Amino acid sequence: MQQAHHAQGDALTLNTALVGRTYPPTSPYVVGREKVREFATAIGDANPAYHDVDAARALGYADVVAPPTFAFVIAYAGSSQAAMDPELGLDYSRVVHGEQRFAYSRPIVAGDSLVATATIEAIRAVAGNDILTTRVDLATEAGEHVVTTTTVIVARGTAEESA
Amino acid sequence: MSAVAVGTKLPAQTFRVSRFDLVRYAGASGDFNLIHWNERFAKSVGLPDVIAHGMFTMAEAARVVTDWLGDPGRLEEYSVRFTRPVPVADDDAGSVIEVSGEVTELLDGGRAKIMLTATHEGQKVLGNAWAIVRLP
Repeated sequence: MQQAHHAQGDALTLNTALVGRTYPPTSPYVVGREKVREFATAIGDANPAYHDVDAARALGYADVVAPPTFAFVIAYAGSSQAAMDPELGLDYSRVVHGEQRFAYSRPIVAGDSLVATATIEAIRAVAGNDILTTRVDLATEAGEHVVTTTTVIVARGTAEESA
Repeated sequence: MSAVAVGTKLPAQTFRVSRFDLVRYAGASGDFNLIHWNERFAKSVGLPDVIAHGMFTMAEAARVVTDWLGDPGRLEEYSVRFTRPVPVADDDAGSVIEVSGEVTELLDGGRAKIMLTATHEGQKVLGNAWAIVRLP
């Protein structure tokens, strides 16, 4: 890891040259019906669209619908490519999740085969913390956009001091 | 839902999160970060206790919107800031997250913006939490 800067203000330790870098698409993630049910159960959500194929079909979907935040599970592999990029210089042990956003073209449904493409959108330093914004586009293998996730992670105290 | 207007309130909900829920969420999500289930480790990095996954809290808050919509596919955008962790003690009671929502804007195309408030013990755990939905 790089040494901490001791300059006044917000000295970046992350490599800002990586802003705009896009990583190769991940190998396809196949969304399983039982995985969707497992995730919905884990968040305690009994919405029939997540569990019951007939209920999902009555709403016009091909199979059970994944809860909105399930997209993060798939996108995580993509965003990790960016966060773990050795050229970036991020101390992952100090990272906390700062913000999360989803923009859907349509919900994820069981049977989707999705690839994740990550892009580093921004690198900032605020109050001694390094802040990394990564966008991940999830699309079908045929190229249909499904959802874009934007993740802001904060590396505490790495940009300047930690006193 | 034809009477939706600015100021329309979504039914508030209370969610309880226990250590059991965090272990189950870790398994389902693949996020096995120690701070979400190992009290010894969580305290060693300065946390008051094991804390809930931010994504777990975000998932619970979404339910206020998707339960109101019925069809979860009507959620078009959803964004939150994680402002404060939710500590989860090793007890049977678990921790309580209270979530409410209100329509703050009507948008073109039969859509609406909803602002969400999520608190734990009276303090906000999500900041600038909003959703854009297609109204039924």
